[in-house]
Amino acid sequence: MSLEPTPSQTIGPFFHDALLGRDLTELVPPDEPGAVRITGVVYDGAGEPVTDAMVEISHSTPTGFRANPNSPDGGFSGWGRSGTVDGGRFSFVTSKPDPVLTPDGTRQAPHVDVLVFARGLLKPVATRLYFPDEEEANAADPVLASISTPVLRRTLVARNEGGALRFDVRLQGEGQTAFFGFE
Amino acid sequence: MTQQTTGEGAGQPPYSYPDYRSTRLRAPKEPLVILPGALADASGPVYGHGRIGEADDDLTRQHDGEPLGERIIVTGRVLSGDGRPVRNSLVEVWQANAAGRYTHHNDQHPAPLDPNFSGAGRCLTDEEGRYRFVTVKPGAYPWKNHDNAWRPAHIHFSVFGSAFRSRLITQMYFPGDPLFEHDPIFRSVGDPGARRRLISRFDLETTEPEWALGYRFDIVLEGHNKTPFERPHA
Repeated sequence: MSLEPTPSQTIGPFFHDALLGRDLTELVPPDEPGAVRITGVVYDGAGEPVTDAMVEISHSTPTGFRANPNSPDGGFSGWGRSGTVDGGRFSFVTSKPDPVLTPDGTRQAPHVDVLVFARGLLKPVATRLYFPDEEEANAADPVLASISTPVLRRTLVARNEGGALRFDVRLQGEGQTAFFGFE
Repeated sequence: MTQQTTGEGAGQPPYSYPDYRSTRLRAPKEPLVILPGALADASGPVYGHGRIGEADDDLTRQHDGEPLGERIIVTGRVLSGDGRPVRNSLVEVWQANAAGRYTHHNDQHPAPLDPNFSGAGRCLTDEEGRYRFVTVKPGAYPWKNHDNAWRPAHIHFSVFGSAFRSRLITQMYFPGDPLFEHDPIFRSVGDPGARRRLISRFDLETTEPEWALGYRFDIVLEGHNKTPFERPHA
């Protein structure tokens, strides 16, 4: 049986009470050894911060760390959610994922899946965050390799900024982030 | 893997839809990078369920008094593209009150706020993928997109499937709304069949006598349900 999917519609401007009522930004405790803080700003085509967006991240479960006892889910879900109310800025604390092995044996560099929802986006944009200290793995990553221009490829690699990872998302215009569609 | 200009699944809206003014500065213009399914679904996070509070699925019981408006029951199933139920998955909803006003501080529409209605709810789907909310029918409301612009009554839905690409945020509309043809967000879905999938149907079986009208709204997510869902956290 194959069913036609329900179409996507914009998240609109008024989702905050329903979706951001609980703090889902810390996937692991901030004092976890190896915890990584990720911050970034979502920008529109005029270079203005988007203050009514929602960012969700998900990634594979890394080995050998503990779940966040303070998380409302009572454990590690590999999933987090942040608003951008604060000047377009989103923020997460998570643990760096392991490389991902696909069933056909392809090895992907450690990465975090990122979805951005916003007023004015009729469907989310999907992208990936790669880690700047994984040059070798990134160079061999099949997804990064499939992106033809180095400029576009670089939009997926976070940079170090004051002990955190900085990952800005540009929805449109110069320096637009590489976004994914699915086969 | 290739880069192509569309990457837009059949029945889905485009990123750029100039009649919906806010897409003009937000729609990506560069071609999408197309990911094969095997790579896209390789990582399998367990989506956050969270704990569900007692009145989370009944938006009419979240305050001391009854909200004003037409009480309704909204129910349906969440299914994957291969027709299997999506079990124990978090469904979140939000909506305007019966007068067409959100509790959000940026909503300045001069319609009354209802002290007995916040307009936010959540529940988990059951073993058959079924969800159910009790709420009030939201009102239409104006927005500044174009001259005399009003949104058709709608309830926002946020739903998770078993894969990254299954994630869906959509809006459920009510049958027979005269505003459909004037609403660029609804009309951004070009295919008439796909548009119909955004409209709930009145359902006498869901309707409860002397109490509430019933609406059915089934949700189908992209992709196949390869990964069984974890049991919800207690």
